[in-house]
Amino acid sequence: MSAAEHAAGPANSTEYITHHLTHYTVGEGFWSFHVDTIFMSVLLGVVTLGLFYSAGRKATVGVPGKWQAFVEIVVEFIDTTVKEVFHLDRSFLAPLALTIFVWVFLMNAMDLLPLDLPGKVAGLFGIHYWRVVPTADANTTFAMSLTVLCVVIYYSIKAKGVGGYAHELFTAPFGGNPILWIPNFLLNLVELLSKPVSLAMRLFGNMYAGELVFMLIALLGAGLFTLTVGSAFGFFGQLFMGAVWAIFHILIITLQAFIFMMLTVVYSAMATEHH
Amino acid sequence: MENLALIAQVQSYTAIALGLIIGLGAIGACIGIGIMGSKFLEAAARQPELIPTLQTRMFLLAGLIDAAFLIGVALAMFFAFANPLLARFG
Repeated sequence: MSAAEHAAGPANSTEYITHHLTHYTVGEGFWSFHVDTIFMSVLLGVVTLGLFYSAGRKATVGVPGKWQAFVEIVVEFIDTTVKEVFHLDRSFLAPLALTIFVWVFLMNAMDLLPLDLPGKVAGLFGIHYWRVVPTADANTTFAMSLTVLCVVIYYSIKAKGVGGYAHELFTAPFGGNPILWIPNFLLNLVELLSKPVSLAMRLFGNMYAGELVFMLIALLGAGLFTLTVGSAFGFFGQLFMGAVWAIFHILIITLQAFIFMMLTVVYSAMATEHH
Repeated sequence: MENLALIAQVQSYTAIALGLIIGLGAIGACIGIGIMGSKFLEAAARQPELIPTLQTRMFLLAGLIDAAFLIGVALAMFFAFANPLLARFG
């Protein structure tokens, strides 16, 4: 996909973008799997676990190396954050928060790779569509947020018991009168379901929009400058605008990973509160 | 020919809708960030020792305020390049 190819006109630009938005799908309908999403998310999960595992294995009590110091900073940051909000035993939640933060950060960071690079690498293996950002696929973000929903329900039941939790679903916030059971339950259901939906859509929206702006910059740069002297100007135009957006996107990536982690912890803490 | 006119109609309405989605969402997000930022600056001026704590919370809130806007942008982009309303025309 050279600059000359897609500078021919709008039809080719749309085709460029839709090509970059297509997943490498295996299967049909309900059973279609986005192999690129699954592969990238598993790969980055293994990288996350491997990095922190290696830091744990080589940990020394004496003067720490740079990697150990960095891991200690991250772990301490997550631990402080969880400790401030969550008041039960955090031996499950803090590692979960750490995993979420680092894994989502790495998955988001795939967005910073040059746009056509994964396509070229995948082309070497004969694959024509490959999207590298797993979190720009709604499947990933919804999978993670539904898991968080299960964790929230688990903590609700753990803190209040099954009976206590059911009682709270039907009697909070309006009161215990049987007439109010239906409104109470509907309100609690909406509150419970809006959490994973908003969590997933927030991350998906940010990453999808970010990816799309990179694609539009790639096109805009080419179209804007090739009017003058060919694709050399197109190349430098893309470089500048792409750099500006990439620097802003670094903030967005970190922020979204932090927000996902923070909201997981906050929802779990809210689930253990008694009314 | 009839088909072309209908497709054009769907596309033109979609284009207007995309403008509204992104524009109105931007208004909400920017006003929200503005209010939040001004409160943060006021609090920082009153109690400078709270700046680190408040800054963490501020970034969290910024992400939450931007959420609905960016969801709107993502949906708008989706409609711009893979308009499902055109599926009816094949």
